Formats: sequence, structure tokens, C-alpha cells
Amino acid sequence: MSDNILEIKDLVVHYITDEGVVEAVNGLNMTLKRGETLGLVGETGAGKTTTALSILRLVPNPPGKIISGEIHFDGENLLELSEEEMRSIRGNKISMIFQDPMTSLNPVMTVGEQIAEGIEIHQGLSTDEAMEKAHEMLELVGIPRERAIDYPHQFSGGMKQRVVIAIALACNPSLLIADEPTTALDVTIQAQVLELMRNLREEFNTAMILITHDLGIVAETCDKVAVMYAGEVIEYATLEQLFENPKHPYTIGLFGSIPSLEHDVERLKPIKGLMPDPTNLPSGCPFHPRCSHAQDICKERKPIVTNIEEGHMVKCLIYEGVIEAKEVL
Amino acid sequence: MAESILKVKGIKKYFSTPKGMLHAVDGVDFEMEKGETLGLVGESGCGKSTIGRVILRLLEPTEGEIYFEDKNISQLNKKEMIKLRRDMQIIFQDPFSSLNPRLSVSEIIAEPLIIHNIVKKKNSELEKEVLRLMDLVGLAKRLVNAYPHELDGGRRQRIGIARALALRPKFIVADEPVSALDVSIQAQILNLLQDLQEELGLTYLFITHDLSVVKHISDNIAVMYLGKLVEKAPADELFRNSLHPYTQALLSAIPVPSIKSKRERIILKGEITSPIDPKPGCRFAARCNYAMDRCFKEDPELTEVGNNHLVACFLVEEKANN
Repeated sequence: MSDNILEIKDLVVHYITDEGVVEAVNGLNMTLKRGETLGLVGETGAGKTTTALSILRLVPNPPGKIISGEIHFDGENLLELSEEEMRSIRGNKISMIFQDPMTSLNPVMTVGEQIAEGIEIHQGLSTDEAMEKAHEMLELVGIPRERAIDYPHQFSGGMKQRVVIAIALACNPSLLIADEPTTALDVTIQAQVLELMRNLREEFNTAMILITHDLGIVAETCDKVAVMYAGEVIEYATLEQLFENPKHPYTIGLFGSIPSLEHDVERLKPIKGLMPDPTNLPSGCPFHPRCSHAQDICKERKPIVTNIEEGHMVKCLIYEGVIEAKEVL
Repeated sequence: MAESILKVKGIKKYFSTPKGMLHAVDGVDFEMEKGETLGLVGESGCGKSTIGRVILRLLEPTEGEIYFEDKNISQLNKKEMIKLRRDMQIIFQDPFSSLNPRLSVSEIIAEPLIIHNIVKKKNSELEKEVLRLMDLVGLAKRLVNAYPHELDGGRRQRIGIARALALRPKFIVADEPVSALDVSIQAQILNLLQDLQEELGLTYLFITHDLSVVKHISDNIAVMYLGKLVEKAPADELFRNSLHPYTQALLSAIPVPSIKSKRERIILKGEITSPIDPKPGCRFAARCNYAMDRCFKEDPELTEVGNNHLVACFLVEEKANN
């Protein structure tokens, strides 16, 4: 059995709309080991959520379409499975926590029923047995079992997200995808939920992809980090490598944009300009219009992956030795 | 001593709900100096946005007085209030819902100028002024006839800022102005707000839940919990030496984008309690790791402990007395 639970190769996903083709994911490569947590970082429109939905084959079609690539999960190419086979994987071996706990629960089902539903389907238990397991899951995420008969609107935001986590973990998945799981929560509640997720992950040895735009959460939770820009991973590294030695000008720009709690900075150093329009991506390196190091060649030549050191990869012409950085990076 | 621009005294704002009186703001006092940025932080539902709106009289206070440049504005009638709005403006959180979708960029920015009869409708002076404002906030000239839906969040927020600046106000309530934006765009807008403050001598009441943003932009920070201020101090002082248990928990809960600083995290138990007909006593007592009997019976007062540092907590008070 391979060490890798997930391997994505050259994934391309487009949304075909009347206004044009939205190139959401463009040749994405990624691997994830068992039990490891990967942070998927990037701004709105970088293709983070589309990547996650592709793994579950939930990209809405139409308009979305997985154009090419392979997604190997546990040795199987998910893109070749039938819809029925896929259904037995979703919520069972791979599950997902969505961003907004307010809309990801069914308002007319009790939370107990919602947790039990997946257990009953995937584990072949009777309704009563599944409900008993659902009660245990509720307690595991810190909600008294008596509340299984309550409806989502009777819970606060933090509690709802705990319910969503209970649903996601109910079948003991080997891969958990968490899409901005705490973005809708207040910081003290976020701290509670992140701690819960960390503990459960250790207990069950679940591999996790954590999608977030918050580098603070990445620093606390992840082992590896992939930085996405315009549908590509432009830098991939271990947590230490990325935080101590960021290489891509975009990654460096992201760090410069965050107000620091520890140092006093008079002015932030934002990245100039805006995210590119995914229906009309720039030629060459997609970051060149915003990059302070860019030269003419960046408009034409698409950077390939350069290995900085073991486990640290970056896509930038500076590291291919094609251009020189304007200042020391 | 710098000039005081705003003073609020004992502001209360209650909302009547079917379940009882909701105490959104429950007795808040503070003062702001000209050119200062006061950051108002707290979690959702703590009443921070309500304070901003009450100060501008977009909501009528249930009790309390508001002084703007030493003038009590809590009793002004509608006409007088309209005049005052030239000096006091607001930037809203959501750049998507705070702009009229049927007006173009130039119409949105021109609207306050027309309402306040500063320039006549449709003349070259108006056009010049709109372009000046667009330039000031970094909006390209070519967008003058664009509509909000054609623009991204960062540009829309720039329109909101230009609209707030059109009347050349002295005081601006910025209600979560960067919360809806991506970090790289957030940094652009924060820099813009700082530049404008320097250039125009603005005073900001900066409302946010993001503690790293508030530390970056504020001179002073006030922390709110369930309708009350629990701590107020100069920004550096608050981060170096927070005294209230809630502030300490709040600061320790922020995920820091650095792998070197491993801090001890204080995980609070439970969640924010209901602001409907709250019981007497410290609002935070139910979640506080240090709560004493007294905390459930009496309300702690906001008292100064030196260095312009104010805190409302019996624990701190008792420590000081010993």
C-alpha cells in the first residue's frame, strides 16, 4: 500500500458559461500522505474550493467540467469510477466540512437524524443502531446527547459547525476536506473548533485538506502547505519551509499583507492589483501582472516546477535562473 | 492635550423583542480626540455596530448623551442632524449591499454633494469633484460610468470610501470596512485609510472583529463584551498588558501566522450569553475562569489603572487594592 492517500495529477477544471470559459483549475499537482494535514491557501477565486469539489466529484455539471487529469485516492482513480461507486466513497472514506454551517445542515431534520443518515447508509446499521452511534458522535464533539432531537435553528453557529464535524467524521473517513471550516465563526469559537478538529484528527489519524485564506490557522494546524494562484499550486512546502523561507513573490506578498501582532509595521506591503479574471488569464506566469520582479519573459514563458530543497517546490522563473530578482528574496 | 471631538456618556440602546428587552448597548462611555483612531473590537452580537449607528443617530439611543465637538447632538432634530452629517460619515462593511445597484459610480459619489446642495446637479464642477474623489481613493477615471456589479469588492469599498469623503467630514465610523475583502486587497484598503487620515486629518471609529487589523490601525482600542466596554487602552499597551480575562482569551485565540511563537491558548468555555434581559453582574462571569461570587451580583465599573488603561473587572480591582 502506498504512503500517499491522495495524488492529484495535472487536474484541469473549467466552468463553461455564456460569458466564456472560466479556467478555475489549470494543471494542478498535489500529493497527501496518510494522516497528514495539508493547508490549501489562496485568495477568492484561486480555485481552492473547485479543487476540493473535484476530489469528491461534486463540481456542478453543467457548467463545471473536469477536463483532464487524474485523482488517485487510495490507489484508485476517482475520475474513472461510476457514480454509484463514487456515492459509496462520499461521506464514508472521504468527507467534507463546508464553510457555512448555517446552510450546510437540513433545517427540517433533527441533528441526530442528519448524523445517523450517513452511518445507516454506509455502515449497514439499523436505524436504532445508527442513532446510538449518532449520539456518541455528538458527545465526541462536545454536545450533550439529549440535543440530538433538536433542529439546526436551535443551535448557535459554533454548535452547528460541531454538528457538521460530527457528520463528517461519523464514518471514520481516511480523508477529510475542510473548506474554510471556521471562517463564519468568532475567534474564541474558532479556537474551540480548531482545537476539537486537531484532537479528533489525532485520535482517528485522518488525513486532512484544510482550505483557508488565514495563514495563522495554517501555522497552527498544518504539516504541509500548498499556495494556490489562478488555479495552480505556485508553491508547495512543509510548514517550516514555507513560513521561514517563502520563495514565490506571491507567497511573500501574502505575508506582507497581513498586519502583524508581534511587530509594529507602519504600513503594510500589499500586492498591487487584483486577482486575474479566470475567463481571461494572463499569458506566461499568471502572477506576472502583479509581480514586482516581472520581466518581459514572464509574459511568455510559463514557469515549471523548481525544487528548492527536499519537499519545497516553487513555480517561478527566478528560481529557474531565467531572470534575476530585483531585490533579495 | 489634543482637542476632544467626540464624547459619549452612558449610551444605552435597547431593542424590544418578543422574548424581552435586548440590551444591545448597555451603558458605554468614551471620548475621542481629533485625529485619533479608536478601534472598537468584540465578537458578533456584542453591540459594536450598534454603537457606531447610535453615534451617527442612525439609531436613536434609549438613554445617554453624545457630544460632537462639545455640542450635545443626542437631542438634535432631523433638520439639524442632516446638517451635522456633513461632518460625520460612515463606511459600511459590505461593499455589495451598501451601494445602490442602479446608480453608476459617479452618481453614487455625487449623491451626497447634491443632497447637501454643495454643487448643483449636472455641472462641470460636480464632475470635477467626483473625479477628484475617485482619484483620492485610487479609482481609475474610466470607471466613472460603471455600475457596482461590474466591480470587485476592493473597488466597491473604494466607492464607499469616496462617498463618505465627499462631504469632507471630520469624523468617520468605519464599520468592518475590510472584513469582506481578501488579504491582499484588505492591505491596500488599510493603507488607503491611513493615507487619507494623514492627508485630511480624519478621526476614525474603527469597528472590527479582526484583532490584527485593529492593532495595526488604531491608536487606542476598546474591547466590548455583550453591550459593555470591558477594557480600553492604547493599542500597544492593550496587546502588551491586557488585564481583563476576556481580552486575554480573545488575544490568545488569534491564530498567528508564524511558527515560532507557540503561545499558551486560553480556550473559553461556552458561548456568548443572551443579551436579552441580562442578569445583574459581570456579563462575562459565566465564561470567566476566574469568576468569584461577587462577579455574579454586582456590575464592575470601567476604572483607570494607570497609563490611560481602563478595565472593568473585580479581579483586577482587588489585585490593585492588595
